[in-house]
Amino acid sequence: MGTRELMGDIIPRVPLSEWIESILDVLTTLLATATRAVSTVFRNGIRGITGFLDTLPPIVLILVLVGIAWAIAGRRIAIGSFLGFLFIWNIGLWGAMVSTLVLVFFATILAVALGLPLGIVAGLSDRFFLIVKPILDFMQTMPAFVYLIPAIPFFGLGATSAIMSTVIFSIPPTIRLTALGIRQIDKELVEAADSFGSTTYQKLVKLQLPLSLPTVMAGINQTIMLALSMVVIASMIGAGGLGGEVWRAIQRLRPGDGFSAGLAVVILAMILDRVTQKIAAQDRKAS
Amino acid sequence: MSDNNSEKANVKISLRNVYKVFGKNAARGVELSKKGLSKDEILEKTKLAVGVSNVSFDVYEGETLVVMGLSGSGKSTLIRCVNRIMEPTAGEILIDDVDITKLNDDELREVRRKKFSMVFQSFALFPHRRVIENVEYGLEIQGVDKDVRREKAETALKLVGLDGWGDYFPENLSGGMKQRVGLARALSVDPDILLMDEAFSALDPLIRSDMQDELIALNDRVRKTILFITHDLDEALKMGDRIVLMKDGYVVQIGTPEEILTNPADEYVQRFVANVDITKVLTAQDVMKIHSPVAFVKDGPRVALRKMKEHGLSGMFVVKSSGELVGHLTADKAAQAAKDEKKWLDQVTDRDSVLSVPLDQPVRTLFPMVESGNPIAVVDEDHHFKGVIVRGSILAALAESHSDSAPIEEPSELASKVLTPGTSDEPASSEADKENN
Repeated sequence: MGTRELMGDIIPRVPLSEWIESILDVLTTLLATATRAVSTVFRNGIRGITGFLDTLPPIVLILVLVGIAWAIAGRRIAIGSFLGFLFIWNIGLWGAMVSTLVLVFFATILAVALGLPLGIVAGLSDRFFLIVKPILDFMQTMPAFVYLIPAIPFFGLGATSAIMSTVIFSIPPTIRLTALGIRQIDKELVEAADSFGSTTYQKLVKLQLPLSLPTVMAGINQTIMLALSMVVIASMIGAGGLGGEVWRAIQRLRPGDGFSAGLAVVILAMILDRVTQKIAAQDRKAS
Repeated sequence: MSDNNSEKANVKISLRNVYKVFGKNAARGVELSKKGLSKDEILEKTKLAVGVSNVSFDVYEGETLVVMGLSGSGKSTLIRCVNRIMEPTAGEILIDDVDITKLNDDELREVRRKKFSMVFQSFALFPHRRVIENVEYGLEIQGVDKDVRREKAETALKLVGLDGWGDYFPENLSGGMKQRVGLARALSVDPDILLMDEAFSALDPLIRSDMQDELIALNDRVRKTILFITHDLDEALKMGDRIVLMKDGYVVQIGTPEEILTNPADEYVQRFVANVDITKVLTAQDVMKIHSPVAFVKDGPRVALRKMKEHGLSGMFVVKSSGELVGHLTADKAAQAAKDEKKWLDQVTDRDSVLSVPLDQPVRTLFPMVESGNPIAVVDEDHHFKGVIVRGSILAALAESHSDSAPIEEPSELASKVLTPGTSDEPASSEADKENN
């Protein structure tokens, strides 16, 4: 484009990509041992669990999952889940769905384990909140694909890279909504807790966390949804699962297969969403 | 409303030149405020908001001190400085002679646990905890055993009249009940000091009045030092042993309710006070005639008659030599007794129709009694005679305080209330003596 050349003539181009790449290069060499170790642990863990679940007859696993849904969300959602799982099994995508579910599960656990403490700190400290907010905005607006690229030099192709980029992509709602949940607590309630001489920890455990729980759960729910969408995208770097089916359908130009896999993703998303929403709602009722 | 000097022995809370400035570089705000710049000038110059400016006063042990002012006067900021929920920018705050502005976090927490409790305008009950769990919160964080704290919490609930409500969640209670829970939560830790931040302002008027009465009654039993914040002068006058009036962050006047009403420090206080019904505030003690002649029981009818003639009275009160009130004697009866050669006055003294009121009886309630025409004696708690209420002395006291505090051309509701029922031939205090019948 002409404008670009004009721009280049007057002001030299800022070598942004070169900078980023050299930073990543340095980091990769420095952290190689560590990231490779992590990668191995994760790969083996995921392989082990997925392998185990694959040995189970699908109907057993379906019943277990439906049982969990029933316990958390009640009969209606359990029945819906049962039908959904049966359908996925029927169209031959059960194995793919299980490996997607395992990836989502791991990514969510990591994202919550990191995001919750960060969110709590951001909820309590104004300064940290101010620092974290623009970073979260950045993380959420950056196109999801971009996270895939640096994951490869660190963790190689496969499930670990998929999980790492998924964690980065899906962690913002947990941090943001945890911070928000703590911040929106009525000021007088916090003053009341202070006036009786609560320690910071007592205030957090007895007041701030219980009261922010519904908001925190809403954040976790969003994190799960984002994780699911990212795990599908991560099939580009060899994550496998339902995303892998879609990716293969694209490469072979088979819209039927693509839509089938897409539909399975939608069903899984709905089940996960309804069940986790129910957790949040139950917390609200209890409080 | 006692001005009993013995109560003022111990200073419980002492504020010395306390400042609170909001914004960066708050110390500069303090400096400017010390130089005499007003809140608005400082805000304009430096963008600093002065919340509290050079406030000093003492709260005595067992006293209810009301800090009153309109919104923006700094009163809520001030009460939060007292337990350092807000950090004062400058000045000293002594609680039992310890300057709490110098304490570290651990020491401060200990003081908060042992000495303070706070009651909030919007109740600030923890919505996820049952009523009983709210009440035991203070004890819980102190690590008190579950059984012990449950028992104490139940006692506190009973104290505020809510026993049996422990298992409800706050959202199921009415506003008045919520604030009772707030009060129980504050009392359960048995603090020395109750900080009450507009505690009754969110309640509707009838409930509010009930709660005020109950707090007064309750505090007669538990005897806490209370720092009470309000924007409502009527509430301040009712609750306060003394009142601190604040405006724009500084103290305008400190005094008993009577002092504030009868001797407002400046125009600002005057405007405040102009709307107050003085009859609610003045008591029998303020309007009674003190040096009223009395007959003693041992006097005998002739001596009593002579005393009445001497003072131009048609009757007088009879007291024992100890000062205890016996009754009222009219001149007619005394003359009759003299004729019958009765030796002692107590045989002819009328004990039944005599009206007596305590020293703190509000003047408002005296009007109907004065109108009935019967003489009214004022007695202390031992039933000792202290003075006499006559219509003239009430009017005199009202006229005096009124010409001081309100523009004369404004005929107040109060004056008409007093003047209409009485007939015009009953003038003011100069002839008050003669009304003593």
